[in-house]
Amino acid sequence: MPDLSVNFAGIKAPNPFWLASAPPTNSGYQIMKAFDAGWGGAVWKTLGVPVVNVSSRYASVNYKGNRMIGLNNIELITDRPLKDNLREMEEVKKYFPDHAVIASLMVESKAQWHQIVKDVENAGADGIELNFGCPHGMCERGMGSAVGQEPSVLKTIVEWVMEVAKVPVIVKLTPNISDITYPAQAAKEGGADAISLINTIQSLVGVDIDNFVPYPIVDGKSTNGGYCGPAVKPIALNMTKNCAQIPNYDLPISGIGGIETWRDAVEFMLLGASTVQICTAVMHYGFGIIRDLVPGLESYMIDKGFNTIDEMVGKALPNTKTWENLNLKYKVTASIDESKCIGCQLCYTACEDGAHQAIGLKGDEENRIPFIIDENCVGCNLCSLVCPVEECITMVQTDDGKSHNTWKERTEANEIPNDFNDERAGGNGHWIPEPKDALKKKR
Amino acid sequence: MGEYKKPKTAEEFEQNFSQIKPLMDASMAYYESSRCLFCYDAPCVTACPTGIDIPLFIRQINNKNTKGAAKTIYDSNYFGNACGKVCPTEVLCEGACVYNHRDAKPIEIGRLQSYATQDAMQKEITLYQPAPANGKKVAIIGAGPAGIACACELSLLGYEVHIFEAKSQPSGLTLYGVAPYKITNEEILQEVEYLQNQFGFKICFNERVDSEKLVELEKNYQAIFLGIGLGKTRFPFPMEKEMPNVIGATEIIEQLKVNHLTTNLGDQVIVIGGGNTAMDAASEAARLGAKHVTLAYRRSKEEMGAYEFEYDLAKAVGVQGVFNAQPLEIIGTDQAEAVRFVRTELVDGNVRPIEGSEFTIACDAVIFATGQSKQVDFLNKIKDLELDDKGKIKVKEASFQTTNPMYFAGGDAVNGGAEVVNAAADGKQAALGIHDFLIA
Repeated sequence: MPDLSVNFAGIKAPNPFWLASAPPTNSGYQIMKAFDAGWGGAVWKTLGVPVVNVSSRYASVNYKGNRMIGLNNIELITDRPLKDNLREMEEVKKYFPDHAVIASLMVESKAQWHQIVKDVENAGADGIELNFGCPHGMCERGMGSAVGQEPSVLKTIVEWVMEVAKVPVIVKLTPNISDITYPAQAAKEGGADAISLINTIQSLVGVDIDNFVPYPIVDGKSTNGGYCGPAVKPIALNMTKNCAQIPNYDLPISGIGGIETWRDAVEFMLLGASTVQICTAVMHYGFGIIRDLVPGLESYMIDKGFNTIDEMVGKALPNTKTWENLNLKYKVTASIDESKCIGCQLCYTACEDGAHQAIGLKGDEENRIPFIIDENCVGCNLCSLVCPVEECITMVQTDDGKSHNTWKERTEANEIPNDFNDERAGGNGHWIPEPKDALKKKR
Repeated sequence: MGEYKKPKTAEEFEQNFSQIKPLMDASMAYYESSRCLFCYDAPCVTACPTGIDIPLFIRQINNKNTKGAAKTIYDSNYFGNACGKVCPTEVLCEGACVYNHRDAKPIEIGRLQSYATQDAMQKEITLYQPAPANGKKVAIIGAGPAGIACACELSLLGYEVHIFEAKSQPSGLTLYGVAPYKITNEEILQEVEYLQNQFGFKICFNERVDSEKLVELEKNYQAIFLGIGLGKTRFPFPMEKEMPNVIGATEIIEQLKVNHLTTNLGDQVIVIGGGNTAMDAASEAARLGAKHVTLAYRRSKEEMGAYEFEYDLAKAVGVQGVFNAQPLEIIGTDQAEAVRFVRTELVDGNVRPIEGSEFTIACDAVIFATGQSKQVDFLNKIKDLELDDKGKIKVKEASFQTTNPMYFAGGDAVNGGAEVVNAAADGKQAALGIHDFLIA
C-alpha cells in the first residue's frame, strides 16, 4: 500500500487531506469529528482580532441542476473567544497527537502577532498559517488580502512572526492580485516555511433582480464576498503552478481552491502541491467525503506506481509550458463515433456558430449523426467538449508526429508572420463561408 | 380479485383514477428542465404535431421565465395544458428525445409543458390581445379541440367567432372521452375558460345544428368550420336488440366522465377492440372496481392499433388480454350474460375464424371499442360537401378548406380519429386558411 503520510515543512499528518481554515474548523467539536472520520489535518478557523458577524452570510452559484458550484461568503474570522479556541485546540491535540492542527491567525500589530503565536504554540498547534487572503470585511480593516496584496507589508509581518515562531509557518496567499508570484516570493524572503493558496476570490455571485440588491442580502444591502467552490479550481490550479514554477522556489505548497474529489487533489499535487485543503465540499457534503478521498488517492497511486505523495508532486510541471513552446506542427481532428452518437447535433451548432464551420449535417431526419469536414477542422476540441456522450467525439492526431516547430523556434529563425496579410499567418487559406450564406441557414 | 375497489366517494374515485402525469412542483420542474440538452433542430419539435419549440420553453422554465414558456407553448398549441397531460408523448416528443438513444430517461416534456401552462392559468396571465374587430363573422360547429383552437386563432386575427356545441360542456372528447387518470374535467374546463377570457369567442351549448340552423349559419357568417368529430360507436355486427349492459366505449367513457360514482359495470367486464380507446375502457373498468376485465381482440397482440404504453397501463391494473378472438354473438335474453367468440388465424393477411374453436366468456357487461361511426347523415346536409369512401371530409391540405368553399374542417371528422393534439393543430391551421379565404 502507498504511504499517504506527509511531512509538510515539518508538519506531519497521516494523509494530505486537510480541512481549510473556514466554517468546518470553527470548533474543536468539528475538528475532532473530522479527524475521527479520517481527515489528516485541519487549519483552525482564523483566530485573531475580535469581530462581529452579520446574519445572512453565504450565497451560491447554481448551474442547471447543480447546486453550489461556486460559494460566496461574507463571514469574518472566528467570532468565538480566543480562550475557548485555545482550550479546545489543546483537547484536540490530546486525542489526536499525530494529526496536524494548524492555527490560522490574523491580527494587526507586531505585539499582537508575537502574543498570539505564543498562545497557539502553547495550546499545541503543530503549525501556523498566516491569513493574508481574506478579501471581505477584514481587508477593510487593513488585514487579510490587504496584506497579501502588498508584498513588502506581507514580508514584514512574516518577519515579525518568524522572530518568535517555533513551529512551521505557512503563508496563505490571496488570488486577488495580478501576479501571485510576488507575494509568494515575499513570503519566502520573510522566512516563511511554506505557502498555501488560494484564499477566496473577491466576488458578487448574483443580484436579486426584483429588489436590486446582490446576494447575500443583509437587511436589503449587500457587499462583496469571497468566492470558492468547484468553479474556482481552474484559477487555483494555475496559481499553484505559477508558484511551483518560480525558479529556485523551494517552499512546499498547500493547494486550496475548489477541491472536492481525490481527482481534484491529484491535479493539485501534479502541479506542485504536497498537501491539499478543502472547505466548500465539506460545507456541502460533510466530513464523510473523506471516505472517497483517501481510497481514491490510494488507488490512483497504486495504479501509477507512486509509493509516497512526494513522488507525485509536480509531475505535470515539466509538461506545463509557456505558449511559445508548444508544437505548431501537431494536428488533431475531431472524430465522431457513430455508434455512440445520439443525434443532439450540439456539436454541429457549436462548431457552426461558435467555431469553424467544420461539422456538417446530412439533412436526414432518420439519421441525425453529423459529420466532420476534415479540411475545416482546426482541432479546437469544442465539439468534444459540448458532446453529452462520453467518448463519442474524440480528437485524433493527424500529423505524422515527426515535425516539431514552436513559435519560439520560428521567432529565432525569423520565420514568423510580420504584417497583417502575411501568408505565413495561421488562418490563411482556411475555408470560411461567404457572409451572405448565413441568411440561408435554418435557425 | 381486481386491484381496485369500486369507488363510493369522490376521494375514492380520485384515488382509483389518480393522475399518471401529476403536476410538477417548481423544484422538480427546475431539475427536469436542467436535463434538456437544447438540441439543434430538435427531434421533439419535429415529432410534435403542433411544432411547439420545446427546447425553448424548457429553457425558459429553467431560467424561471415560466410565463415566456407558456407563451411559447400556446403560440403553437392552444390546448397546451391538455396536450401536456393527454398527448401520447411516449410516441411523440418524448419518444423522439435523443436521450432514448443512450437508454437514458427522456425529458418529461409533457409534464414540463403542463407545469408552464398551469402556472399561467393559475395566475391568470394574459398572453394574447386579440386584434381589433375586422367585422367578419365565423361560425364553428363543435367545441372540441379543433373548434376551440380555430376559434382562438380567428379571434386573435379580429374575427367574431361563435361556436355551436351540441353537448353541455366544451372541449369534446378531451372532456367526454379522455381517461380520467390522464386529466381531470376541472383542468380541461379551466383551460377553456382561460382561453375564452383572453380571446372572447362565444360558445352556445346544447345547440345541435340541423338543416334549418345550417341555412341560418350560411346566411349570417362568412365562413363555417366543421369540428364535429365522430359519432356513436360502430358495432362489428348488428345488434338484434338493445341490452343495457352492452355498451359502446365512447358512450360508457362519457358516462363515467360525467357521472363518476354512478357508473356501474359489474364484476366481469369484456372489452372488445384493440385500439387506444379499448385500452382506456379496459383500464377504466378495472379502476371502477371490476374484478375481471378481459380485453378481447380479433387479431394478435402485435397487430393491436393501441400504443404499447397504453396496453401496459391496462395490464398494470390487471386487465387480461385475449387475442385472436372474434366475437360472434352476445348470449342473453334481456341482459348480456356471456359473449361467444371464435378463435382466428391470419391467412394471407386476412383474419379467418378457425372452425370448431368457439368458446364463451361470461360477463356482467360488454364494452365495444370497435371504432366510431362518421356523422355522414349530418354532413350530407351540406351542399357540395364531399366525403371520401370512409366518410371523412375531404379538405385541401394546407387550408383545410372543403369542397364547399365557405366550409372548412379539421380534427377527427377529417382524419378519422386521432389525438387531441392533431385536432388542435388542424383547428389553428384551418383558421389561417379561413383568414386567407376571407381577406383574399
